[in-house]
Amino acid sequence: MIADELKSFPVVAALAEAEPEALVGGKFDRGELTLEIAAERIVHACAYLKNEQKFVRLSTVTALDWYPEEPRFEVVYHLHSPERNERLRLKCRLAGENPEIDSVTVVWRSANWYERETFDLFGIRFRNHPDLRRIMLPEDWEGHPLRKDYPVTGDRV
Amino acid sequence: MGDADIPGVTVVQPESPAEPQETEAPGPRRMVLNMGPQHPSTHGVLRLLLELDGETIVSAQPDIGYLHTGIEKEFEVKNYQQGVTLTDRIDYLAPLSNNLCYCLAAEKLLGLEIPPMAQWQRVMLTELTRLNSHLVWLGTHAIDIGAMSVFLYCFREREDILRIFEMYSGQRMMTSYFRIGGLALEPPRGWHKRIKDFIDVFPSRVDEYEELLTSNGIWIGRTKGVGFISLEDMLDWGVTGPMLRAAGLKWDTRKTQPYSSYDKFDFEVPTRTENDVYARYLVRIEEMRQSARIIQQALAGMPDGRWTADAPHVVLPDREKMKTQMEALIYHFKIVTEGFRVPAGEVYQVIESPRGEVGYYMVSDGTAKPYRVHVRGPSFGNLQAIPEMVKGTLIADVIASIGSMDFVLGDSDR
Repeated sequence: MIADELKSFPVVAALAEAEPEALVGGKFDRGELTLEIAAERIVHACAYLKNEQKFVRLSTVTALDWYPEEPRFEVVYHLHSPERNERLRLKCRLAGENPEIDSVTVVWRSANWYERETFDLFGIRFRNHPDLRRIMLPEDWEGHPLRKDYPVTGDRV
Repeated sequence: MGDADIPGVTVVQPESPAEPQETEAPGPRRMVLNMGPQHPSTHGVLRLLLELDGETIVSAQPDIGYLHTGIEKEFEVKNYQQGVTLTDRIDYLAPLSNNLCYCLAAEKLLGLEIPPMAQWQRVMLTELTRLNSHLVWLGTHAIDIGAMSVFLYCFREREDILRIFEMYSGQRMMTSYFRIGGLALEPPRGWHKRIKDFIDVFPSRVDEYEELLTSNGIWIGRTKGVGFISLEDMLDWGVTGPMLRAAGLKWDTRKTQPYSSYDKFDFEVPTRTENDVYARYLVRIEEMRQSARIIQQALAGMPDGRWTADAPHVVLPDREKMKTQMEALIYHFKIVTEGFRVPAGEVYQVIESPRGEVGYYMVSDGTAKPYRVHVRGPSFGNLQAIPEMVKGTLIADVIASIGSMDFVLGDSDR
């Protein structure tokens, strides 16, 4: 449920109206607006924000790993609207060892590399991504380094 | 899922994910050319797979990751203050811009107030960084296109800037001079004169570069009308910085979401509308002049006061106090051994680096080490637009086009 104080932000009120199933939570902290989006509605929410609310830029996509908590992963999107001079953070919770979420490359083409990076380093699969390959690490690399259960140092020899 | 029912979304069929393969019955004139990762004009380790039809580019695929060093993982095992040294190494041509963005993010989490003197010093030094970065860009870009002497002129001034950095911090490139809570050291004696001597003559040096290039027929021939990519495409591909301003979008984070007292300075955001390599050159030249203006204002109006915030739990105490006061000694011990705790929360701090939008997404879980630091490097977004930009152009123009992007591979690969 969305707190009433968040509804005072025009973008939140508009999104709650247009995509009521997508918006599941949010907070306003340190001057930054974070909205929690239901993972299965992410493409709908992003398309609405881009086309109707002028968030024409996707600044970055990344993830957080809250291991050993469940649901373990959060995919984080940072949106920006140069015209409104506003920034917005979207988050989607994903559970399990092999999380999947729909790709937003259909909304912003720039998501292509951001999602590839997130896939590479966190092992989150993006469905319908045009080219989901590793981008930073070699193709034959094992594991996903930014997961919290991935060691920082190797075995000492 | 059926995307077709989402308004405004058209589902694009996935392109062939694999690298272009020569075996797939190429036309008689088609060939795949591997450019990089050691090609001199890619300034680092960018690899481009170019599919050519004669001299025309059919498709281009950038391949990055050769410089991936796991910096984001490393942040998680260093305490906050140690993390500053990693930020230098991300964009090694604009280290202070990255220092600044990292410090601002941590200070936002901590709720620290930075004294005006430190803020102005930060502005002045990041603008010197912008000059430094643009000078390297101009020199190497000109060499790529064939104007050798510009490089020598640019590196003459760059040397002066690096000497100023050395005077401040003891380091020429990886200064780590900005720390969470202010500056690492008191600005050295004589800094004012040193910077003033440099910045007073700098605009005339920019005139020299312009004399060499701006109306040079060869330069215009190689850059005008080259490397066009529409503004909509650039926004969609994540391009930021001077590239957008050369396409007419007047967006500069220093103006739109000011940080570190930028709102107290008077400067213009130069824009052009031609949206080609030449326009990007003119925008960066004008940015150098504007940076010089900012530095002159900073020199003229530099406030007095401390260079660190009044936050004993974050900032190391003075040596003298540490030796004479018990409380200062305790703080010193705690900061050095375990660092300082940062309240739980998350911030996304954005600044305008010489290359475009730098963003640090910092998440704290309340301990002395960041839970996660994600770096949004401008080069990463900019590089994505290469295929769009060079498609259908001549191979000789690829060099000029990618040079006009001004990327640093350390910044994109991290």
